[in-house]
Amino acid sequence: MKKTLTGIASALLLAGMAAPAIADDVKVGILLGFTGPIESLTPDMAAAAELALKEASDSGKFMGGKTISSARGDSTCTDSAAATAAAERLISAENVVAIMGADCSGVTTAVANNVAVPNGVTMVSPSATSPALSTIEDNGFFFRTSPSDARQGQVLADILKARDISEVAVTYTNNDYGKGLADSFAAAFEAAGGKVAMTAAHEDGKADYSAEVGALSASGAPELAVFGYVDQGGRGIIQASLDSGAFERFIFADGMVGDSLIENVDGDLAGSFGTLPGSDSDGAAKFTELANAAGAKGDGPFTGEAYDAAALLVLAMQAGNSTDRKSIAENVMAVANAPGEKIYPGELAKALEILAGGGEVDYEGATNVLFSDVGEAAGSYKELEIKGGKFETMKIH
Amino acid sequence: MPETIDVLNAITLLANFVLLPALSYGSQLALGALGVTLIFGILRFANFAHGDTMAFGTMIAILITWWFQSLGLSLGPLPTALLALPFAILATAIVVIIFDKTVFSFYRRQKSPPVMLAIASVGVMFMMNAIVRFIIGPDDQRFADGEKFIIKAREFKTMTGLNEGLAIKSTTVLTVVITLIVVTALFWFLQRSRTGKAMRAFSDNEDLALLSGINPERIVLVTWIIAAALATIAGVLYGLDKSFKPFTYFQMLLPIFAAAIVGGIGQPIGAVVGGYVIAFSELSITYAYKKFLKYLLPEGSEPEGLAQLLSTDYKFAVSFIILVVVLLVRPTGIFRGRVL
Repeated sequence: MKKTLTGIASALLLAGMAAPAIADDVKVGILLGFTGPIESLTPDMAAAAELALKEASDSGKFMGGKTISSARGDSTCTDSAAATAAAERLISAENVVAIMGADCSGVTTAVANNVAVPNGVTMVSPSATSPALSTIEDNGFFFRTSPSDARQGQVLADILKARDISEVAVTYTNNDYGKGLADSFAAAFEAAGGKVAMTAAHEDGKADYSAEVGALSASGAPELAVFGYVDQGGRGIIQASLDSGAFERFIFADGMVGDSLIENVDGDLAGSFGTLPGSDSDGAAKFTELANAAGAKGDGPFTGEAYDAAALLVLAMQAGNSTDRKSIAENVMAVANAPGEKIYPGELAKALEILAGGGEVDYEGATNVLFSDVGEAAGSYKELEIKGGKFETMKIH
Repeated sequence: MPETIDVLNAITLLANFVLLPALSYGSQLALGALGVTLIFGILRFANFAHGDTMAFGTMIAILITWWFQSLGLSLGPLPTALLALPFAILATAIVVIIFDKTVFSFYRRQKSPPVMLAIASVGVMFMMNAIVRFIIGPDDQRFADGEKFIIKAREFKTMTGLNEGLAIKSTTVLTVVITLIVVTALFWFLQRSRTGKAMRAFSDNEDLALLSGINPERIVLVTWIIAAALATIAGVLYGLDKSFKPFTYFQMLLPIFAAAIVGGIGQPIGAVVGGYVIAFSELSITYAYKKFLKYLLPEGSEPEGLAQLLSTDYKFAVSFIILVVVLLVRPTGIFRGRVL
């Protein structure tokens, strides 16, 4: 009896080891925080990335008919050790050729520095926005389809200038996101001739922000820029400002833009405005349609970026006609930017064909992909203004 | 010499951002500190569970308010929560009495030193804290309704023609009025009523009080009921005026204890004065006076910086510094002498 069991077990073991070795299958790792603070966003992001892989795989034109599949790993969004271990597993056990991920800036930096770059594996992050990621030593292996927050600060400064606002007070949520954004905004605004009368951090989760607002209003600035979170201290600041009559118009960054702001604040927010990453390009509309048809959620945050990240990896493999990890890294920039035929979501088959024939493509995708020198999206932002009780898109920057 | 209009502007500015907020915050602290001081005076221990008792009472008031709102009951321009207040006080009193019977009475029978009761109250604090989070969750809850403002900042500006607005929130007025009523009633009760006198006698000399036929069980019971009522009223007023989040009530423990100690712990009048001292110091030290000085000083001599003594991040540090200074310089607090 014991022998039989051992026999069965070893047979299973052999079968298990043999299974992944299907010759013509290429694996791409998807490293996102399936548990943790953004677990509500990641299933849609992963589905969007897998949609691009499936599209290429089903077309039959990918590297002479090879198939692509995905291997998921959990980045946890916050735990760098867990994310690093998950990335190690994807690279050594699952033998992925490249990684679509990670998501949050902290874990993305850890994975890039400790796993991806040392192993020579290309990473394309759909959602890490920290300005610090622009300057890591990536040896050309790290890209992102999301823009750096440094860009958002610049866009906000441009909008203020266009609206003839010359002096503001700034309050930001006391963490890396808030601080980074406040710094980049202040630098851009002052370079454009504006004046930041006061910059003050606020802590989330307090009951009363009247003291913070009192100090901000004493600076004498007529308008207040709030770089915080819509369901947290940012809302408290706005409520206290309206209650005391300290400020009437506000400038928001992406963390503050949400319908819950309008629902939960007592008072008139009309005329307040802000920025949110995104565009209303043809590509975005096409992607939403494509994703919805496939049963995924096409208009969720960072889903377009995830689709684009996976598509770029596929096209880079096709352009180099190789699944060699180094070759992928070398070809990402070429397919992302001009020159070449413009490619939108749902047109991967066409792009694969062009590349197989030795032509060039300029992948636009869902988010108008245009990479800067360091391999990150230049990024487009919507300028939104509250009109008639809801956020309305005014302009795309 | 600054012109009259500038002086008026400066006063309005200060009233809007320092005086009125400090008045309502001070009243809320005074009510909280009264509860702490009462427990200390009669039961002789520092009750660390007081902050979370406030959270519990407020939670019950919120749940009942929501129920009333769904039934369509309201007080017109006043918040519905006032209607829910008596029921919330009742529920909170029952809960603190259950905690007294199960936890504190054991240590009283053992004649434990006050520090053991204080440590036991930390345990009760964590239990209360968990109960509140379990029932209503750790997030913000909104339950304020009725008229929010008596005068809005913009209306004030058009009314008076001043540059600065003055917003008078109805919750500010409500807080001050209710505090006045509650404090007066409590003082009358302690000074004039038979039970109040018995409580003071018990606090003064427990053995003598027992010999003269005062029932200690009854004194303890009444003390807890009053403390629960004070905690619930303070909590509901704070929640109406600001917002309800369980964790912020736990954080209020520091300013409340600072208020009680500054005034002289065990002294009801000291708790009230201490509450206002803490609130006015916290707000006036962290306010930036740049605009205020700009109105008063002659043109060109106003300060370049914000004229802010401490960043608002250090609000809690202010009560802590006052606490330390009082304990070093005048450990008895402002009012010394016999407690209660």
